[in-house]
Amino acid sequence: MKAGIVRFPGSNCDEDAYHAVADILGQEAVYLWHKDHDLQGVDLVILPGGFSYGDYLRAGAIARFSPIMQEVVQHAKRGGLVLGICNGFQIACEAGLLPGALLRNDTLRFVSAPVSLRVDSIATRFSSQYHVGQIISIPVAHGDGRYTADGDTLARLEGEGHVVFRYVDAAGEPTNAANPNGSLRNIAGIVNDAGNVLGMMPHPERAMESALGSTDGLPLFKSILDTMLGGVPA
Amino acid sequence: MTRFRCAIHIVPRRGILDPQGKAVSDALHSLGFAAVGDVRVGRHVVVDTDAESAEAAREAVKAMCEKLLANPVTEDYEIASVERA
Repeated sequence: MKAGIVRFPGSNCDEDAYHAVADILGQEAVYLWHKDHDLQGVDLVILPGGFSYGDYLRAGAIARFSPIMQEVVQHAKRGGLVLGICNGFQIACEAGLLPGALLRNDTLRFVSAPVSLRVDSIATRFSSQYHVGQIISIPVAHGDGRYTADGDTLARLEGEGHVVFRYVDAAGEPTNAANPNGSLRNIAGIVNDAGNVLGMMPHPERAMESALGSTDGLPLFKSILDTMLGGVPA
Repeated sequence: MTRFRCAIHIVPRRGILDPQGKAVSDALHSLGFAAVGDVRVGRHVVVDTDAESAEAAREAVKAMCEKLLANPVTEDYEIASVERA
């Protein structure tokens, strides 16, 4: 598998994503510059965390018009895999790859902490290596992570099983107290209708090694790899 | 072509939680402004643009709002004024 990690001015989780793919997963990884039009034949595009273009105007609003994003949108339309993490989730929403939007945390505070997530769907190309209802620990670090969408969109996401990760308490319940940002329905991560674009606020690439406190992000990357090796068209 | 100065208000759509607006509303209540109801905090953008007419400038700014300046999922915008710069 070959993964491309997009670097926008202000991206700051690009090297973590590279490390996860190249050093831990042992797969080929390349950086993709925001001004380029060449995806270099990658199977997976990772939109990493950070503050692309300073988060000016709205998080992700300007990044979506960068040259590389026009190619990423085409890649996604062809069925290619896209993983948007944190700022990458915001960019994917702004670009229309995923429904909804990420707004300022309801607390008005930046939150940086490990959170408990429940895996609500394993029938995706990003989560097959988990089991349904599994509770995992993955860190979040964001100021604008409140997932918002209209009622029809939420009903469709829920009905189609497109809510992949939800913020929960230790018992697996999606309580208000377990919700770090006020996301509707405690939504932490979703896939698109075609199932080839995943956006999530938590950082799986920071939960790949026990030395860093959690390896719960590893199955996500292994799921993607399994998808690619399984011959699912890119 | 004439240069026009266009002012745009962008606010969180009603029905969507605006934590900044709520914090301001709470602060105003604690200051004794008991009559204050809903408060929404948004952005004020001023764009200078060249156009053949004020109407053309307004049309251009509308397109800018729909493409970039406002998020159609969560925000409403209003072009407050279009004047010769």
